[in-house]
Amino acid sequence: MTATQAPGKAVGAPISRVEGGLKVRGAATYAYEHRLHEPVYLYPLQSTIANGRVTKIDASRAEAEPGVVVVLTHENAPKLASTDDKELAILQSGDIGFRGQFIGAVIADTFETARYAASLVEIEYDENEPDADFRADRDDLYTPEQLNAGFETDTSVGDADGAFDSAAHKLAATYTTPREHNNPMEPHATIAVWDEDELTLYESTQGVFWTQKTLAPLFGLDAGKVHVISPHVGGGFGSKGLPHANVVLAAMGAMLVPERPVKFALTRHMMFTVAGYRTPTIQRVRLAADENGKLSAVSNDVVEQTSKIKEFAEQTATSARMMYDSPNIKTTHRLAALDVSVPSWLRAPGEAPGIFALECAMDELAIECGLDPVEFRIMNEPENDPESGLPFSSRGLVECLREGAERFGWNGRHPTPRSERDGRWLVGSGVASSVYPVYSMGGNAATVRANSDGKYEVEIGAADIGTGTWTVLGQIAADELGVPFEDVEMKIGDTTLPNASGAGGSSGITSWGSTVVEAVRSLREKIEADHGGNIPEEGVEATAKMPKNPHSGDFAMYAFGAHFVEARVDEDTGEVRVPRMTSVFAAGNIMNAKTARSQFMGGMVMGLSAALHEESVLDTRFGHVVNHDLAEYHIPTNADVGEMDVSWIEEDDPYVNPMGSKGIGEIGIVGSAAAVANAVYHATGVRVRELPITPDKLIS
Amino acid sequence: MDAEITLRVDGEEHRLTVDTRTTILDALRERIGNTSPKKGCDHGQCGACTVLLDGRRVNSCLTFAVAHDGAEVTTSEGLAENGELHPMHRSFIEHDGYQCGYCTPGQIVSAVGMLEEVGNGWPSHATENVSAEGNAGLSDDEIRERMSGNLCRCAAYANIVPAIQYAAEHGEGVERGGNA
Ligand code: FES
Ligand code: FES
Repeated sequence: MTATQAPGKAVGAPISRVEGGLKVRGAATYAYEHRLHEPVYLYPLQSTIANGRVTKIDASRAEAEPGVVVVLTHENAPKLASTDDKELAILQSGDIGFRGQFIGAVIADTFETARYAASLVEIEYDENEPDADFRADRDDLYTPEQLNAGFETDTSVGDADGAFDSAAHKLAATYTTPREHNNPMEPHATIAVWDEDELTLYESTQGVFWTQKTLAPLFGLDAGKVHVISPHVGGGFGSKGLPHANVVLAAMGAMLVPERPVKFALTRHMMFTVAGYRTPTIQRVRLAADENGKLSAVSNDVVEQTSKIKEFAEQTATSARMMYDSPNIKTTHRLAALDVSVPSWLRAPGEAPGIFALECAMDELAIECGLDPVEFRIMNEPENDPESGLPFSSRGLVECLREGAERFGWNGRHPTPRSERDGRWLVGSGVASSVYPVYSMGGNAATVRANSDGKYEVEIGAADIGTGTWTVLGQIAADELGVPFEDVEMKIGDTTLPNASGAGGSSGITSWGSTVVEAVRSLREKIEADHGGNIPEEGVEATAKMPKNPHSGDFAMYAFGAHFVEARVDEDTGEVRVPRMTSVFAAGNIMNAKTARSQFMGGMVMGLSAALHEESVLDTRFGHVVNHDLAEYHIPTNADVGEMDVSWIEEDDPYVNPMGSKGIGEIGIVGSAAAVANAVYHATGVRVRELPITPDKLIS
Repeated sequence: MDAEITLRVDGEEHRLTVDTRTTILDALRERIGNTSPKKGCDHGQCGACTVLLDGRRVNSCLTFAVAHDGAEVTTSEGLAENGELHPMHRSFIEHDGYQCGYCTPGQIVSAVGMLEEVGNGWPSHATENVSAEGNAGLSDDEIRERMSGNLCRCAAYANIVPAIQYAAEHGEGVERGGNA
């Protein structure tokens, strides 16, 4: 919709993305595409061993290649001011912690020359046997101090073990999810320019200030000396959140060729090692219920992996702590530290694999209890948050389940597996719940400027990674200002703008939006107090910080959802098709009906992808991802996606933030893989507990 | 080794010297400065780099520039005429057939090339009767199949299909692949 919106009516409207005209033509400028004078190209050297050290680098043949500017190795690399983060502190010695780690780079005047010359560098290693074997029965698993985002490692309420032992109905099963890679379509890319004592980074990032605050101390700079520019980002899904070593390498390269822009984009292959990934998980889930199907015990004991050089501990089981009503709930997380690259965020880190396991187990226990899976969930709905005891600010799960069941045509479903077929296709349906916390991140500020011509500018260093930020923040500002949407111009994606948190944890709109609302309110007061209610000729602006949410601490705040999936399985080949998915979400006030639907759908398809396609295969002998490209690491194509029925319930939540919105970037992926797995079980009678559900697992 | 070639890109002639290892994609992006086609994999596996090369859609990352001296290249930027968006552009915007936008110029060029293929009667894996005369029609499944060389990690697929259907039905100047 491009028609003019009436003032005050922008929020919620299906407004098309404001940057759409640029994006469809390919004219939106992504990191690698900024036109700078006389750039040079960086191609990295990566270790071909997983554990050991570099003993010798002979770059003479590369240096002799016409067009090569410099070869960067640990011997001539700038010394970093801080080396605490071993993922980022590259080239400070010859030590190697995982296969594919950066050990140098060639900088040349063309990409072709840099790539070719990199192949001419001869490297010798002192190699140790790598340990990359991820198993739950390792005797060196350890307990991390805390989990990602500061969650507690282990929790226990009541006596889950005792309750399990004495229960009428129980289920104990192990679910596994593989290592998965974010694979945004735009590879991680940087153009780094070092000028005097200032570093400029044109960067593909989920947060310009996250990049600034990470890079500045590495190079011993004040944060203000690192300028990060990132107006458009070709997807991130978590992998462009915490900066990875590619940015450091580009900056180091730029230091060696002052004033010349150094261009560095990861190849798709490299994205399988240095750009973060979702840890594989092994989850031992136990659920117990009384004779009526009321849950008496919930537990999830998780084993996951991290890198020996840096810890990342995913909060896999946190959602089991709050999802259903049970007097006894226990969760644990143990880590295997291996000679592998560093895991990181991937869309809904924690919830995505954790809810897969929990929601498959709920399906299994419902069947064991002889209950409909939808009703079983509804009867175990908690009054208050089982973890904190706090009331929920809003909890629309039951409504989503009921509404979804209606839309999907769940009622009347034959509970017995293998009860429907269509020729050689076995047909089944599955359900799963979804949840994602409402996060907000601190440190935000925004400036709103009113011009005398009635136009407004809003500045905040936020990010749009396909999330609709350019559009949605403008909608929020317009309504708060009471002006037409078209009268507001956004500025985001640059560290010269007011400080902002990044796009992560589905926190963007809560954090940035609350701040924008506050800035508009300050502007209003200022216009009233200083200018008698009129915008002066020279314009007027106001800056405000994100207000503290007065309700935080009083409520448990989450978005919920329910997925319903139809699966068809070829009885002979085991091929699985998903012709339709119906998902209903309870995510507060929806800011933009058009972009929100897309975001939910993108998450749902990524869950479908986790269910059927994605799996990174590690050769444990070499610590090497074997299927490191898009031909062998499968993600859905157009033909893999059928009808997507996406909707949401009306939810009025006055506590989460001034807009009443909840983050929606991640909730779509949570639970959707479980719904697919449950549908495949219903179709075939085969319970696959190891993702992905490939044909071999169905026909053996 | 360098070679001098001419490429006609979006209607404009460019005479340029390229390394013989340079792909059309890199020639466009790094030499000519046309960054409309994107590099998603550089291996012919994602479709982000799709351009029309002498009227047919190709993965420009798999196509050496030196082998196409004199060729006519159309990018998504070139589909816009006199600053006016192409109907396929407008339909993608209206149907939100994208999120991050990185696969999008490739999707759009691919869609335009695809409709032409359908119009020419080329069958696909989804075509019921591949030996039938005339074109295959433009069912949603035909679009899904024929557009599966263009990956979208944001997974806008379920919006891309109606975007293409709409442009095919309503877009002036868009080849109607189907039963028109
Ligand atoms: S960049 Fe050419 S197909 Fe991926
Ligand atoms: S729109 Fe992001 S990859 Fe397609």
